[in-house]
Formats: sequence, structure tokens, C-alpha cells
Amino acid sequence: MHIEVTVNGTKHAADVEPRLLLVHFLREVLNLTGTHIGCDTTSCGACSIVLNGRAIKSCTLLAVQANGGDILTVEGLAVGGKLHALQEGFHEQHGLQCGFCTPGMMMTAYAFLKGNPKPTEDEIRWGISGNLCRCTGYVNIVKAIQYAAEKTGTE
Amino acid sequence: MAKEIHGMGHSMKRKEDARFLQGKGKYIDDIKLPGMLYLDIVRSPYAHAKIKNIDASKAMAIPGVLAVITGKDLDKYGLAWMPTLMSDKQMVLPIDTVKYQSQEVAGVIAAERYIAADGAAAVEVEYDPLPVVVDPFKALEPDATKVRDDKPSNHIWHWETGDKAATDLAFRNAEVVVKENIYIPRIHVCSIETCGCVASWDSVEGKLTMYMTTQAPHAIRTVIALVAGHLGLSEERIQVISPDIGGGFGGKVPVYPGYVIAIAASVLIGKPVKWIEDRMENIQADSFARDYHITAEIAAKKDGTMQALRFKTVADHGYTDAAANPSKFPAGLFSVCTGSYNFQNAFVEVDGVYTNKPPGGIAYRCSFRVTEAVHAIEQITDVLAHELKMDPAELRSKNFIKPEQFPYKSVLGWEYDSGNYQGALDLAMNMIGYRELRKEQAEKRARGELMGIGISSFTEIVGAGPSKHFDILGIKMFDSAEIRIHPTGKAIARFGTKSQGQGHETTYAQIVAEELGIPAEDIQVEEGDTDTAPYGLGTYASRSTPTAGAAAAVAARKIREKARKIAAYLLEVSEEDLEWKDYKFQVKGVPGKEKTMQEVAFAAYTNHPPGMEAGLEAVNYYDPPNLTFPFGSYICVVDIDKGTGEVKVRRFVAVDDCGNRINPMIVEGQIHGGLTMGLAPALYEGIFYDEQGNIQGGSFMDYMLPTAVETPKWETGETCTPSPHHPFGAKGVGESATVGAPAAIVNAVVDALWHLGVRRIDIPITPWKVWQILNDKGVAG
Repeated sequence: MHIEVTVNGTKHAADVEPRLLLVHFLREVLNLTGTHIGCDTTSCGACSIVLNGRAIKSCTLLAVQANGGDILTVEGLAVGGKLHALQEGFHEQHGLQCGFCTPGMMMTAYAFLKGNPKPTEDEIRWGISGNLCRCTGYVNIVKAIQYAAEKTGTE
Repeated sequence: MAKEIHGMGHSMKRKEDARFLQGKGKYIDDIKLPGMLYLDIVRSPYAHAKIKNIDASKAMAIPGVLAVITGKDLDKYGLAWMPTLMSDKQMVLPIDTVKYQSQEVAGVIAAERYIAADGAAAVEVEYDPLPVVVDPFKALEPDATKVRDDKPSNHIWHWETGDKAATDLAFRNAEVVVKENIYIPRIHVCSIETCGCVASWDSVEGKLTMYMTTQAPHAIRTVIALVAGHLGLSEERIQVISPDIGGGFGGKVPVYPGYVIAIAASVLIGKPVKWIEDRMENIQADSFARDYHITAEIAAKKDGTMQALRFKTVADHGYTDAAANPSKFPAGLFSVCTGSYNFQNAFVEVDGVYTNKPPGGIAYRCSFRVTEAVHAIEQITDVLAHELKMDPAELRSKNFIKPEQFPYKSVLGWEYDSGNYQGALDLAMNMIGYRELRKEQAEKRARGELMGIGISSFTEIVGAGPSKHFDILGIKMFDSAEIRIHPTGKAIARFGTKSQGQGHETTYAQIVAEELGIPAEDIQVEEGDTDTAPYGLGTYASRSTPTAGAAAAVAARKIREKARKIAAYLLEVSEEDLEWKDYKFQVKGVPGKEKTMQEVAFAAYTNHPPGMEAGLEAVNYYDPPNLTFPFGSYICVVDIDKGTGEVKVRRFVAVDDCGNRINPMIVEGQIHGGLTMGLAPALYEGIFYDEQGNIQGGSFMDYMLPTAVETPKWETGETCTPSPHHPFGAKGVGESATVGAPAAIVNAVVDALWHLGVRRIDIPITPWKVWQILNDKGVAG
């Protein structure tokens, strides 16, 4: 099937199998390997991306379902070589260790902060509760998102 | 402005972050080679069955499916079986019998990932189910179903240590004896990245390049050479590359059948073969952790003096003993189970047992069975406190090994390097406000509310290890560093370990920076490529800092000695006139007459002293003189919901002492993560099997990893008791919290319920389990 999607501001057209998962479209067709796969059950959130402004798990959407959509992945967070406030926050607050959950975590946080720019700590914790991290114990991820919220709020 | 050195003790931001933050990490599934094929695996629905027939015709009829590989195919090349680290053997693919549910049965090779999966689904296997034994105690009964035809029984080995007669005597004469059966169930590390590989055989060069999720690339290279040497795979032409690793926790130490099938397929077909397991395969078939059934006893005086310890343990290993332990330690370092206490007598025995379950016995973020040891000693210590109506903190204080007793020789033979257990406990008690909490608990109990306080004052044993005792398949457990200083004063340092999130690219650079005065920013750290890095045993068991980190310091000091000679030559003074101060060579008493390492490095290539070799580099293979013994005291406060049975961790204070900290920010991050992996098995995670050997909890839908919501807001504290034998006094920290935390949580729950007659609850302490207890006691809300 023919699909057209915008990914990180660039338009892509491709003919794909109907069963191709969106995450595999991003990773294998577009070679955007920053979006990861951690489970098969929509549980871990490593594959989270932003589609039409909402954080979604790209392992549970078919590429054809994203037809006509506007996608943001981790590769599109930094603009003109300048890191996004979330990327800066994760670095400053040591919000990542192995880095595998990090792109999904940041994309979820990206959509979350759009809807709730000044969240409480508990709201952040609930906001990322669809994303699993095995390394950090979440403490510094929460701080990283707070950092981004504060930075974005003051800019 | 000159760059900061960022040596020891600086919370330098991590150097490796940049690529991970921008989606440029290179993990195994990101590797794509020209002509690459995909492997998918057919797995057994039965826990024990004869394979009557494998019909691959429908799979082979699918366009794009190139081969279906079975155990009979591998057997022709002597590859159907492989040795385990514990001198047992494991099937790569079965020739005729499967021994656990989800076991690999056949490999399907196809041109595309989805087609390989189609092929795996189309392979038809006819099974003849056999009787299943799941319970290790039943497996030990004389008429039990035998798991292994090639073994006399399901009993694998008996291991014991300590003085049995003296310990038994102490128990006979004891004023007080407490005894509990403690089960530590199977759990799974569940790194967010699963395991996988790309095996690439170059038939022209006769070279295998193996990209692989491994924590120990060098050891893997040697294992491949030993296992497949007869097929022409020669160690100098095997390159193992461990790319960025998405979490390891011990789960990426073993050699899984999928890796071997991928190698075999690549050699047979002559193209690169990628294998990436999915999450269910990862949980259901990869190595498990724990599964220890421990009967723990303490003999004590009425005043609380702990005298003797006795542990009898049944270890469920699944169908083969594929534990990841040093070769001489079938039960790992379990004999550290006397813990932080000054026992006079102890006897510990473990019996390994075969069952129809997947093999394993890996760490789950702990050093070789240390969590099992700590979990049991810390729980039974609390039982003793309750039994004697003593405060558990007071009982611990009474029995702690005292600071002046270090180095302390434990009754089971370990020499603890250093410690100040009371210091850590005091700090934890102050931080959490222990006395006030006890008052609050008494008030709440009077009102019928359930609140508990649990302590765990653990001692770990990490950094394996001294070559006298520690080896894996005969290879001594040293680790290595190789440092090369470039003419412009920058450096590259390579190691035999492999970071999986621990931040080696930063902390190793800081160690070298501290020793040589080169900014950490200017030191490139490389690991994980066996063609370039010096040989080492890898990263697990909190060994990187104690071994490879030590090697970095020793290698850097060798460089500094040569640099001193060059500096003396440049300054036209004798070496004795120089002192190393403020990261420079300075002429004593002559301010300003000095040489930086950068100046020396340039001279090492441009103007080195006559008769001296050019260049500035060194290598060290560090054989630690002893293990290191990190410790800490954790205190947990829980509230129990009488209506739902839910255990809510209200506060958790963790005081850790890992000696000198290289990067406090990274250390704290390690502790946060470790605590969460201690919380997980205490309250949420467990893998169980029904009587037919069907796994319960084989996906993330029913194996629950804590999210940010369940995870408490960890509070951390620090004491510092350096290791006296480590080059810069560090001990290792990656696993302490996972080792120490579960017992604190369990002890808090039992503390909340002891007055109702509850002595013990096995983990995971689920709401349903607690509610049943409350209901039985007539207090459920």
C-alpha cells in the first residue's frame, strides 16, 4: 500500500506491506533507528513517538494507519544542532543510563509537556507510567522532565 | 581557559549521553549489513516432550524462507549441544527431546524479518508429551521423573561450607533458635533491550564477525573458538563486537542458543544472519535469576548475641546448570551469608536440582547469589529481633562486625576489606527519623492501622576476583586497561569490560584524568571490540571498578613513571627533584618550573631522552588481591491498606558505602536503579510455573516491572570507608541496592503484621497475598 507521512519535517512516500508496523517503517525503511523496540505488548514504551501531537507506541500501529500523519521522532527533537530542553534535561539531570528507553521516554514527555506545561511531580510520574526504564529508578527522569518544563516555561 | 580535569569525585556529566539523546546509539538491532538474513526460532509449547517429527515443508514453501535448521542438522557438525559455564551441557537445538516450555526447537532463516516469523509459524512439529517435574523438592524424590537421561538423578550437585559439627553443637546448646523457610522466586532481568546478534561469516577471509549483546565479549570469543574450533573458527579470526547495550544486569552474560544458531546459519549460508529475540522469548527462555529455597536458622543468646548460622538450600536450576558463576563456585558467593554480623559458627549447604524449566542462575543485578544470601540473613535477623522483643536496629548494632575488626575474617572464609556498619545504620536512622517512626507505629497500631519499618544492613562481596580462586572456564578473572597518550596530550583508553549503562566512557576517563592530569573530556574510552581492546572478563558482578578501574589507575601510574623521566629530562633536573602536584610535574621548591602531561606527551614523540623508547602508553592486567565488600543500611517504611492488601512504600532511605566514589552523580544513579530492581521482586515480579510446566508471567502483560508510579521517591545517603587494597579505594556499586533493598521491604511488611502472628511472607508481596493474610486474621478492611 502507498503511504505518505511527514517525519521530522520531511515528507516520505513509500509502498509498504499492509502488516508493516510503524516502528519497523521508521527503523528499517527510513533508517531512523533512534526509536527502539522493547516488547511486543504495548507495555514498555521504548517505541514511543509523537504522531499528530499525541504520544503513541509505534509497535502497535501499522505504518498504513499513519498515512497522512505528521510524526516526530527522537531524531527530530534537536533543531539546528541545538538540543531540545528535554534532551538537555536528561543530560543535566543524569536521566539516562543505557539509553535504550530514553528516546521513547523523551517523546512521551514531549507530548505530555505540551498538554501540561507545569506539571507536579506526581503528574509527571503518571505521565510516563506507560514507559519502562530498568536502569534509573525514574528519579532523574522525573528531574529531567521538570528541568525541561522549567526551561521551556522561562523561554 | 584550561579545561577542567574532572578527576575523582567530580559529578561530571556523561560523555556518552550525546549519541543516546539524539537517537544515534548503536544497539544490536540498529546494525544492518548488506545481504543480511534473519533468524526466527520455533519454540516448544511443552515443558517435556519427545519430538516425533519436524515438518518444514510448508515453511520452506514460503517465498523468502531459505532454510530451516534443526538439532539433527547441527548434530552433523557437533553443534547440537554446547557446554555451560558450570561444566554441564545445554542444547543449542534438540535432537529428540525438549526439556522446558519455549525451548528452541528449530531455526528459520529468511530474507526478511517478517518472513522468518512466517516461516517459524509454518514449521509443524509433532510432539509426544512426557511427564513433567516442576517442583525441585518433588524432583529430589526417589521415584521422580528424570529430567535428564544422561544423569543418574535430578540431583546436580551438593555444595557445603563451614564447620557442620561445631555449628550443630552451637544450635544444640543455644538459648534461642529461630528458623524460617524463605523462598526467593524466579525473576527475570528484563533489560529493556532484549538479546540479539548479527553473525557475519566471511568465507574468503575465514573470519567471523559477531555483533552481539554480550557483557563479556572476550570470554565469548574464546568460547566460540573452543566450541567451534573443529569447524575452522580460529580465535584470531573471530571478532566479537558488543555494540551499545540496552541494559544487561547479568542477562547478557550467557551464550544463548539463538547466538549459536545464527553463527551456524551464517557459516552454512555464507551471509550475515541477524537474530533479535522478542520480549516473550526473552522472559520465557533466557536465563532466570534466583529460585532458591532457603531454610535459614540462627542460634543466639537471650541477650541477642548471634552465635551460629545454618542455611540449607535447594537451588532450582532448570534442565541444565547454566548458572553464570566463577567455575569453582557452584552456588556463587552465597557463603557471604553471615552478612554484617560477627558469627562464631556457620554451616551452609546448597543442593542443585534439575527441573523442566529454562536454565539460568544469573545475577539480576547482583554478584553471584549475593542477593539470595543477604535476603535470607537480613530476614532471619529480623525474625530473631521480633522473637526476642528487641528492636531490630539494636539487635544489628549488638552483632555488627566492629570497625576495628577489619580486615575481618568471616567464619566462612572471606576476608572483608573494610567496613563501618554502625556508621551507615546510624546515618540511615537519623535520616529517616527512626525513633519518631517507632512512636508513630505504636500509636497507629493502637488505632488498628498497619505500618511497618524494615531494616536491611547488608554486606556485599563484589569485584571477582583474585586469580587464586576465581576463573571462568579456567580463564582467570583479571581485567584490563590499555592507555595510549597521543602527541597532543589527548588519550585513548581501552578496556576488557563493557558498559551497559554504567557510564564507563565517563568514569574510566575520570580515573585516567585523575592519575595523569589530562582532562577527562580529552580521553576517549573504548570497550567491546575484541580486535582492539585488551583481554578482559567483562562487566557483571560489580567488577568493572574493582578490576578494570583498578587496571586503569595502575596503567596510568606506569605512564606517569615514564612521564616523570621525560619531565626530568626536559627540566634538566633529576627525577627525585620532581613532585607530582596539581596534576603537573613541578621542581620542588622552584615555583613555576614545571611540565604538564601535555608537554611531556609531546616530548615523548618529538624530544624523548636518548636511550628511551618513544611513545607514551601502558597496559595493565589487574589481578585484584581480594574482593571488595561494599555495604549499607536501608530503612523502609510501609503502610498497608487493609481494604486492598496493597503495600505502599512511604519512605525508603538508602545509605550506601562503596568506598571512594569516582563520579557521585553516576553512583547515585546506579543506586536509584538498583533500588528499583530491589523493589521489583519484593512487591511485583515473579515467574512461576503450573504443574505442566506452563510459564505464568511470560510477557510484560503479566510480569510487572515497576513504573514511575509504583517506584518510591528514593532518599540516599553516603558514608565512605575506602577499600584498603584497591588502587583508589573504590569498591563497586552497581548492584548494592538490588542486593540490599528487598529484605528491607519484606522486613517492613512483616514488622507491620508481626503482632497479628505473621512471621514471614514470601516475595513478591502482592496485594492478594497480603489481603488473604489480613482476611485470615480477621482484620481485612
